[in-house]
Amino acid sequence: MEPAAGSILDHNHHLSLREFPYIIRWRDDRCKRCGRCTAVCPVKAIAPSVKVQRIVRSEGPLPAPTAVRATTHVVEQVTDIERYCTGCGACSLVCPNEAIEPELNPQNKFLHYKNKGGDAYKRGGRRNDPSVSTLDRLKFTRISMLTDPALDAGRHEFRIRSLLGRILPPEEMPLTLDNGVLGIDKKSGKFVPPVREIFPIMIGSMSIGALSPPMWEGLAMGISYLNEVEGLPVVMASGEGGMPPRLLRSKYLKYFIIQIASGYFGWDEIIRALPDMVEDPAAIEIKYGQGAKPGDGGLLMAQKVLKLIAKIRGVPQFVDLASPPTHQTKYSIEEAVAKMIQSMSMAWGFRVPVYPKISGSKTAKAVLNNLARNPFAAGLCIDGEDGGTGAAYNVSMDKMGHPIASNLRECYLDLVKQGKQNELPLIAAGGVGKKGNLAANAAALIMLGASAVAVGKYIMQAAADCFGDEYNRCNLCNTGKCPRGITTQDPKLYRRLDSDKVAERVVEVFKAADVELRKIFAPMGRSTELPIGMSDGLSIDDKAMAERLGISYAC
Amino acid sequence: MCRLAAITSNEYISPMEPIMALETMKEGHDGSGLGLTLKNLGGAFEKLKKYPIMSGICSMAGKKMLDDFMKKEGFTLKHEWKPKLKQVKGIVPHDYYFARAYDYPAAFRNKSHQEKEDLLMNTRLSLRKIGEPGEALFVFSFYPDVLTLKEVGDPLQVADFFGLDDDRLKAKIILAQGRQNTNYAIYLYACHPFFIQGFCSMTNGENTAFVPIREFLSSRGFPGYMGYNSDSEVFTHILHYAVRQLHLPLPYYKDIITPLKSTEIDMRTDREALRLMKQSLRSLCIDGPNVIIGFTPDGTCFMVHDAKKLRPGVVGGIKGRYALMSEECGVDSAVPKRDRSKDLFPMKYDMVIVSPQAEEVKVWNQQQGQY
Repeated sequence: MEPAAGSILDHNHHLSLREFPYIIRWRDDRCKRCGRCTAVCPVKAIAPSVKVQRIVRSEGPLPAPTAVRATTHVVEQVTDIERYCTGCGACSLVCPNEAIEPELNPQNKFLHYKNKGGDAYKRGGRRNDPSVSTLDRLKFTRISMLTDPALDAGRHEFRIRSLLGRILPPEEMPLTLDNGVLGIDKKSGKFVPPVREIFPIMIGSMSIGALSPPMWEGLAMGISYLNEVEGLPVVMASGEGGMPPRLLRSKYLKYFIIQIASGYFGWDEIIRALPDMVEDPAAIEIKYGQGAKPGDGGLLMAQKVLKLIAKIRGVPQFVDLASPPTHQTKYSIEEAVAKMIQSMSMAWGFRVPVYPKISGSKTAKAVLNNLARNPFAAGLCIDGEDGGTGAAYNVSMDKMGHPIASNLRECYLDLVKQGKQNELPLIAAGGVGKKGNLAANAAALIMLGASAVAVGKYIMQAAADCFGDEYNRCNLCNTGKCPRGITTQDPKLYRRLDSDKVAERVVEVFKAADVELRKIFAPMGRSTELPIGMSDGLSIDDKAMAERLGISYAC
Repeated sequence: MCRLAAITSNEYISPMEPIMALETMKEGHDGSGLGLTLKNLGGAFEKLKKYPIMSGICSMAGKKMLDDFMKKEGFTLKHEWKPKLKQVKGIVPHDYYFARAYDYPAAFRNKSHQEKEDLLMNTRLSLRKIGEPGEALFVFSFYPDVLTLKEVGDPLQVADFFGLDDDRLKAKIILAQGRQNTNYAIYLYACHPFFIQGFCSMTNGENTAFVPIREFLSSRGFPGYMGYNSDSEVFTHILHYAVRQLHLPLPYYKDIITPLKSTEIDMRTDREALRLMKQSLRSLCIDGPNVIIGFTPDGTCFMVHDAKKLRPGVVGGIKGRYALMSEECGVDSAVPKRDRSKDLFPMKYDMVIVSPQAEEVKVWNQQQGQY
């Protein structure tokens, strides 16, 4: 096409700032040109520039404006789609004069253009849907009022604990009776599966590699402190990518769930550490799917595979680490799941609960029923569509997957039909705490039938001030350029993050969640046992949702 | 909140005695119903101990339904007791109240006790199923040496309505409940005490863990775990499940409904079994507030609370006669001549167990796992 103005190039194929998701609001009058904003911007969306401008100046004791044309320094937003402003706001954070901030542009056409070179848009974070989720619409409406006394969250004894592991049906307990006293029949040879008592909110799988060393270390320290000092048995899953060799050989291993996924990254080191382990891990999670990107395997971009990560994972540096979508060595659900569970159980002498994690899906019930028949399956983790990830295609994150609420509920009710609701714990994940309501979301899922919930994105936000949100703010986790130092392997970036502060925040978050759970359960008259499946306590303001979830409608 | 009155004795007593005890606790119930379960029957039923007694209420259409069904199933009527009804203001009489002793169908006469129990329960459930539409027929219990009466109204007026002071009906164990109607519509199947295969209990307070417990029991594959018109029915079924189905000694009922903390379990000699039970029976943990009074097939009576003891209860009496009540004034009415200083107010770890024939009363302590 000929340029409109003859041989002079116009800007026809340039994008205007209106197409961009965030527009930088820069204030010339406040800016002192220190350059901090341009230096800190993780994507170089802003750049210092020089312009010739008409400037009105007035010098001297009395107003005497004069207009001059002068060369000035400015901060400009670039219009290269590869350097789009992510809205993270790191520039505002470092600006001494409040001279700059990104502003959300709801009219943007970002997704129209973010496929340069045929490269589909990849990012981190979670589904970009800021609307109120089902979890946040659930309300606790069965309040103990006069007909029975409400409990006192401060005075009564509360046991906010759950069980992780396969639980024997009562009829199969190998009990003996001697003079009216029960014992265990050890001669029966009956397998009693390992079961852990845990806090019902756990930190879900986020790998070393996806997370920076101080972030992972901060989480691990926080978890250990909660267990050792606060007496809150919070557990954390490793994600795919192994664990630090020293931690594998430490007494703190018991607070960690080790994940094995389709890439088996990190498992050389784990197997090597097995003979030296002084404690068993809390559990083994076999990852078959992830709510954020159903059908996709894990993905660690080359830029994040630095020396430490390469060593732990047993791979060369700076190569893309894409786990396959499925476990390649297996081929059917019967074989895949049973064999994996058996192998993992065997590695630890059947002393460790082994459970699969899948993406929320219409097929979840089929997996569940397979597990229900497998006496070694220790549970099922279902990760709903609002789960987060360090790297995935935007289309997978935004459009693939199943919301957790109804998926979890139908699985629980299916177990109820079979009478196995107490035998196979369900762990719900994906969008828990999306709007900050961690305890309320967790309690709602528990009342719908979850034995525990897992959080990932929430803890990054709450413990390490992750900028990411559902307006596609930041979401740079995949690039290794996390401005907070959470999801990067670049020492220049991750030195911004103080692992002690992360640990402190983890402790604060869980202690507060413990209090909030009591504040929810106490008025509902529950304190002794977790109200798993107490669906009469819940209501929602939508009839169709109420019907689907088998709860009451309240408005 | 309902008021509960139970008397266990080595002599036959009139149902008026626990009802009079209920009357002393009248402040606590609103007269929305009376439920009575009598065990170890005297009077005309004394000589019919081996025959199952069906207790219920029906319309005339329901009576035909009942007669036809029982005939078809091969049961033969041995004896029938009917209350001599009096007109009492406020009570709308049903057509027909009955307690009928039947002989087993010929094919079942030599069957085992368990098979007979299952036959009786299944018969009761079948009658409930066919009789419930239109409320034509209610069957509360069908078991040897057990009789149940229920009606909506003030307990004393209901007693007057049934003419219970006529001395025809006597028993050694009587459980009576004065109903306080709260959440549920007044429905006869929602009225305590509840009975299943020799196990009976009544409760006051609400059961906040009702739904998960109901779902757990309903999914055991046992046909008798149904109904649940009242959230208290699950307490009877947990008792039955623990003792009859799982063969656990009675005190473990307490360990199921109010399990100890892990640190407390470590102090018990049976800790290994308890840990396993706490996991496997997690869904049956109650959160109260409740006091539960009940009996088992051998005539043992008991009282137990939720773990926070948010509902009171008291047991008092003398050898041969004990009262298990939700309030002290009820015990005063039932056993006035006793040493009150020996009254038992079970605390959160206690289970009070009165042996058959009211021989002795013992307190089983959950922390120690012994009496």
